[in-house]
Amino acid sequence: MLRHLIRLSSTCFPQKPGESSVRKLALIPGDGIGPEICSAATEVLSAIHAPIEFETFPSLNINDDNSIKKIKSYPAALKGTISHQVGEGASNPNVLFRKKLEVYANVCHAFSLQGIKTRHDNINVIVIRENLEGEYSGLEHEVYPGVVESIKVITYDASLKIAKYAFELAYMNNRKKVTAIHKANIMKKADGEFLKAVRQVAKEYPTIQYQEMIIDNASMQMTSNPWQFDVVVLPNLYGSIISNIVSFLVGGPGITPGVNIANDFALFEPGTRHLAKDIAGKGIANPTAILLSSAMMLRHLNLPHFAERLQEGLFKTIREGNVLTKDIGGVATTYEFTKEIIKNIQQ
Amino acid sequence: MISKAFRRFSSFRVVLMPGDGIGPEVANSVVDIFDAAQVPISWVHADLINKSAKPGEDPFNRDTLCQIREHKIGLKGPTGTPIGGGHVSLNVHLRRELDLYANVRPCKTVPGVRTVYENVDLVTIRENTEGEYSGKEHEVIPGVIENLKIVSERACLRIARYAFDYCEKYGRSKVHAFHKASVMKMGDGLFLKKVREIAKLHPKVPYFEKNMDTGCGILVSNPSNFDVMVMPNLYGDIVSDVCAGLIGGLGLTPSANIGEEHAIFEAVHGSAPDIAGKNLANPTALLFSSIMMLKHLNLLEHAEKIEKAIHSVLVEGTVRTGDLGGRSKTTEYTKAIIDKIKG
Ligand SMILES: Nc1ncnc2c1ncn2[C@@H]1O[C@H](COP(=O)(O)OP(=O)(O)OP(=O)(O)O)[C@@H](O)[C@H]1O
Ligand SMILES: Nc1ncnc2c1ncn2[C@@H]1O[C@H](COP(=O)(O)OP(=O)(O)OP(=O)(O)O)[C@@H](O)[C@H]1O
Ligand SMILES: [Mg+2]
Ligand SMILES: [Mg+2]
Repeated sequence: MLRHLIRLSSTCFPQKPGESSVRKLALIPGDGIGPEICSAATEVLSAIHAPIEFETFPSLNINDDNSIKKIKSYPAALKGTISHQVGEGASNPNVLFRKKLEVYANVCHAFSLQGIKTRHDNINVIVIRENLEGEYSGLEHEVYPGVVESIKVITYDASLKIAKYAFELAYMNNRKKVTAIHKANIMKKADGEFLKAVRQVAKEYPTIQYQEMIIDNASMQMTSNPWQFDVVVLPNLYGSIISNIVSFLVGGPGITPGVNIANDFALFEPGTRHLAKDIAGKGIANPTAILLSSAMMLRHLNLPHFAERLQEGLFKTIREGNVLTKDIGGVATTYEFTKEIIKNIQQ
Repeated sequence: MISKAFRRFSSFRVVLMPGDGIGPEVANSVVDIFDAAQVPISWVHADLINKSAKPGEDPFNRDTLCQIREHKIGLKGPTGTPIGGGHVSLNVHLRRELDLYANVRPCKTVPGVRTVYENVDLVTIRENTEGEYSGKEHEVIPGVIENLKIVSERACLRIARYAFDYCEKYGRSKVHAFHKASVMKMGDGLFLKKVREIAKLHPKVPYFEKNMDTGCGILVSNPSNFDVMVMPNLYGDIVSDVCAGLIGGLGLTPSANIGEEHAIFEAVHGSAPDIAGKNLANPTALLFSSIMMLKHLNLLEHAEKIEKAIHSVLVEGTVRTGDLGGRSKTTEYTKAIIDKIKG
C-alpha cells in the first residue's frame, strides 16, 4: 500500500519527444538454460514497454567474425549461456568470445533480496574482475612429458584499466570502500604488478576508502563477515571465486546479475556465468539473474525508469514468495515465475 | 627431576619453530599444555629465519632444515611473508625443501563455537609443492608479467593417492577433485586425468569433480555436499580458508604438511601482525595441529585428553579469546585448558 502511494507521488518520466524510439541490441540466448532465461527476459522487457528491440543470434559461431562485428555494432547485448567443455579440447568459447568483444571488466553485483532465505542478510557487494588475462590467458603447453605449464599473464595496463573502472563505478554509485584482492605474497611479481596499478588509481579517489586483502583471507572473510565488503577489485580467477562465494551467500547463481564492459560495448549476462547443465531444458531455471542483468542494462542505456519498473515487479514476486523457482525454495517453473512477475508489473 | 631425565631418553623429539608475529605466543601455549598433559615429547627449539643474514644472503636457517631431517617431525607457528617483494614464503620453502607434498587441512565444527553453519566436517587435501606457487615469474617486457603454474603428472598422482588413502583410512564418505579445467585445460586437465586414474583404483570411494569457483560457492551454501576435497596448490589455500570461515575463523583450523619421510604440523593462519605481542592470539589452531601431530605419532591418549580439555573450555564459553568474541588473554585461555587437564 505504502509503496503504491510512493509510486503515485514520485515524479513521472517526461521523455523528450521521440524517446520511445527503439534501441537495437543483440540477444545471444546460447544453449542450456540460456534460451529459457532469455525468453523470460524478453517477455518481461516487453511487458514494461522498454524501448528496445533485439536482433537474436540463435546459434552464434564464436569464430564467425562477421557475427562478432555485428554484435559489437550495438551498444549492448544480452547473453544466456554458451556451453564449454572441461579438460582437453578446443579452448573455452566464452573466454574467446570475451576476448573478441574486448570486454575487459566483469561486474557481478550480489545483494540480498527480501524473501530469499539465506544464512546472511543485508549483503551488498560489487565484484569487479579483470576479464581478459590472468589465469585465463589460455597459454599452456607441455614442457616435458608429464609436465604442463600454464601461464598467468598480468599486465600493468590491464590492471590500471580495471582499477580505473572499479573506482569510477564505486564513485558513481556512491560506494564507500574498494578492496583489492591479491596473492602478492606468493605471486610477488604478477599480483604485485596488479596491486601497483590499483594503488596508483586509489590515490586519485581520496574520498573512497582503499584496502588490500590476500585472496585466501578474503575468501574466509567473505564467508564469515561479508558485510565488511563494498566494492572489490581483483584479477580474473580470484574474481570468479569471490563472485561465486558472494552469489551463493545471497541465494545462488540464479540470483546474481552481471555485465562485461568494453569501451563502447557491454555484454549483460548472469553474474556467475554458469551453464547449469543439471537443470537445462527442464524449464525450472531461475531467470532472476538475467532479469537483474537486464535492469542493469536499462540503466546502462540511460533508461533507469524502466529498470525500476522491472525490479519492482520482480522484487514484489520474490518478497511475496507465492510463486518461486526451485533454487529459492519454490515449486514454480521459469514460465510461471515470469508470468507472476508480469502480473505484478501490470497491476 | 627423575621423570624429566627419564623422558629425555624415552620420548619423541619434535622440532619446534615458533615463527613470527603471534607465533611465539601460540607456541608457548602448546608447550605449556603438553607439559601439563605429560606428553612424552621433548622439543628441539629452532629458528626458521637466520636473523644475522645480510641482504642477499640466504634468509633461511640451514640448521633448522637439518634438525627436521634428523627428527622427522616439526611443529611450526606462522611466518609472515613480505608482499610484492622480498624472500619467498618460508612455508613454501620448507614444503619444497622437504618435499612435503600433501597439505591436510581438516575443518570440523568446534563444540561451543557457534557460527551460522552447523556440523561442518570437511578435509581439504592440497598439493603442496608446485602449481601457482612455483615462484617462477618474470617481467617479459616492462609492465607485462608472466607467472608459471607448473603441473606435473608425478605430483598429481601422489596427491591423488594420498587423498584416496586418507579417505579410506579415516572412514570418510567421498572425494571431490576441485579444478578449473574449463579454463586451464592442460594444467588442471592433467590434474583431473591423474586423479581419475587413482579414483579407478578405489572403486568403493565415491568420486566427484567440481569447478573450484562453483565449489567455493556451494561450500558456503551447502557444506555438507562435500567431505574430502583434493586440489592443486592455490585452490587448496583458498578452499581451506573458506572452510575455516564456516567454522569460526583461522584461530581454529589445524593443518599438516606430509612428505614421504617428514611431517610438519602448523596452523593455517598467518602471523597476524595486527595482534602480535599483545597476548590476544587464539592458540587453538596450533593446539589442534599439535593434536594431529600426536595422532600421527600414535599418542592417541594424550591427543584425546588435550582435545577434550579444549572442547570443554570452549563449551563452557567463559574463557575465550577475542576472535571468538571473548575477552581472555592467550595465557588465561591456556591456563583454563591446563586446569581441565589437571582436573
Ligand atoms: N539460473 C539458474 N537457476 C537455478 N539454478 C541455477 C541457475 N544457474 C545456475 N544454477 C545452479 O547453480 C549450480 C552451479 O552451476 P553449474 O553446475 O553450471 O556450475 P559448474 O559446475 O561450475 O559448471 P559451469 O561453470 O561449467 O557451468 C548448479 O546446481 C545449477 O543448477
Ligand atoms: N590465532 C589467531 N588468533 C586470533 N586472530 C587471528 C589468529 N590468526 C589470524 N587471526 C586474524 O585473522 C586475520 C588474518 O590473519 P593472517 O595473519 O592470516 O593474515 P595475513 O594478512 O595473511 O598474514 P600473513 O602475511 O602473515 O599470512 C587477522 O586479522 C588476524 O588478526
Ligand atoms: Mg592461506
Ligand atoms: Mg596469511
